[in-house]
Amino acid sequence: MKVQINPERCQGHGRCYDLAPGLFTEDDEGYGQVIGDGVVPPDAEREARIAVSNCPEKAITLVEEVRG
Amino acid sequence: MTVDDRFVRDFRETQEEQLGTPTEIITGPVSDWATDFSHLEPEWAADPYPILDDLRVRCPIAHTDRFGGGWLPTRYEDIAAVAYDTERFSSRAIIMGNYRPPKELAPVGAVPPISSDPPFHHDARKLLLPAFTKKEVAKREEATRAFCHSLIDSLEGLEVVDAARDYAQHIPMRVIADMMGFPPEDGPRFRQFVENALEGVNLPLEERMAHSAELFDYLLEQIRDHVANPRDDLTTYLIDAELHGRKLEPSHVAGTLALLLIAGIDTTWSAIGASLWHLAKTPADRERLVAEPELLPTAIEEFLRAYAPVTMARLVKQDMHWRGVDMKAEDWVLLSFPAANRDPAQFDRADEVIIDREINRHVAFGLGIHRCVGSHLARMELRVALEVWLERVPVFSLADPSAVKWAVGQVRGPRTLPLRIG
Ligand code: HEM
Ligand code: SF4
Repeated sequence: MKVQINPERCQGHGRCYDLAPGLFTEDDEGYGQVIGDGVVPPDAEREARIAVSNCPEKAITLVEEVRG
Repeated sequence: MTVDDRFVRDFRETQEEQLGTPTEIITGPVSDWATDFSHLEPEWAADPYPILDDLRVRCPIAHTDRFGGGWLPTRYEDIAAVAYDTERFSSRAIIMGNYRPPKELAPVGAVPPISSDPPFHHDARKLLLPAFTKKEVAKREEATRAFCHSLIDSLEGLEVVDAARDYAQHIPMRVIADMMGFPPEDGPRFRQFVENALEGVNLPLEERMAHSAELFDYLLEQIRDHVANPRDDLTTYLIDAELHGRKLEPSHVAGTLALLLIAGIDTTWSAIGASLWHLAKTPADRERLVAEPELLPTAIEEFLRAYAPVTMARLVKQDMHWRGVDMKAEDWVLLSFPAANRDPAQFDRADEVIIDREINRHVAFGLGIHRCVGSHLARMELRVALEVWLERVPVFSLADPSAVKWAVGQVRGPRTLPLRIG
């Protein structure tokens, strides 16, 4: 599973980096940034879903990867 | 280096006289909220939620002939659509009243960036963002906490205190005065400016103009002092800032300072007050937060959802048929983030306050390009204010529920909040 932020929608509310600081951070203007490649470790999946469902701009997507 | 002489003359003297459009002031009881609404009547101030909930079912885009004509959408999806549609809804005016500023003010507006439309808005906003990131405002947390403690110290020995007047209002005043580099002892003047700007909306135009002149006189005084003695604060930052290769227009510097002063104070004051009001009347929630302080950030989001302090406004740009109604150019749209936050189509148990609500896509800080620049600052202040209060005053209740008074107008929070703490 991977998280992505759509920069066209993100307005820097910061709910993602408040709620899932292991997955998201802020840039110098407060816009959300995915940390690293956005891959969500299994123990952070719940956190990721909470961030997604609290973003007021619906800017975050979860990409479910097919596991091999 | 040339001397900065932009502020030697009063910039208002050199501006061309631009007249806006006043409309007839209509006050008095509302006959039907669907066709005659007014956000300036006492019934709305006391409790707007039943009105908004009723309209959402009965007439989801209500109308009024007051204020020269305006609309009130109450469904989340309609409110979001207005907030996102900066092509058809202008921010040239964001306080719905009996005065529409001149069209020539767009796209900058009197108080950028909140009064600005694209494309100007983006750059005016960008100037402010770095000073208001979560990381930047975290640097003010310690001083804010110490200040909250000093406020509680001053309540020592009292049985009944006014939590709005003696606690909530002082916190954002102090924080914003520090950030702007204004004298902290000017707090009482700030309060007057805020009340004039946001609550004096139905006063005659001359009186509103006089109030606005007082605010800008004060700001010009502060700006001149900063030009003479530059320091590390937002005022000096804005005086030195450049946009498109030039220093800002003097009216831009003063307008943004006015915005920060007004938007920074009574919004957060309202949010702190409404949260304390809820906890004072809901012992189970209060006890749970005292026992589980780690729940506070989640609870704060729920207070922001349920008691969203800020309602904005827009002006319709062109005559149009919009989602079933016929809007006219220059009609107001009252943009009720509080109504969006209580739409049952968007939130489960929308009318209940659930302090551990995990999924909470509320819009108390707006949506789209005007998302509150101060949201990280406001969240920090709100969390620290409530942490300190709950730690120092874990037991409190409403001393007299009927004595609680709520602000009239587009920023709603308790202005009188007597709590029994002894
Ligand atoms: C709980 C407290 C607060 C609430 C609920 C709140 C709410 C809002 C809302 C809803 C907007 C959007 C306006 C629109 O769509 O037209 C806004 C904009 C703004 N707020 Fe706040 N606000 C709060 C505190 C603050 C603070 C502390 C500051 C800064 C000192 C601040 C500065 C601003 C500014 C500069 C804008 C304009 C942003 C733009 O137009 O790009 N606010 N606020
Ligand atoms: S919560 Fe959404 S809008 Fe806010 S910073 Fe994260 S992605 Fe951006």
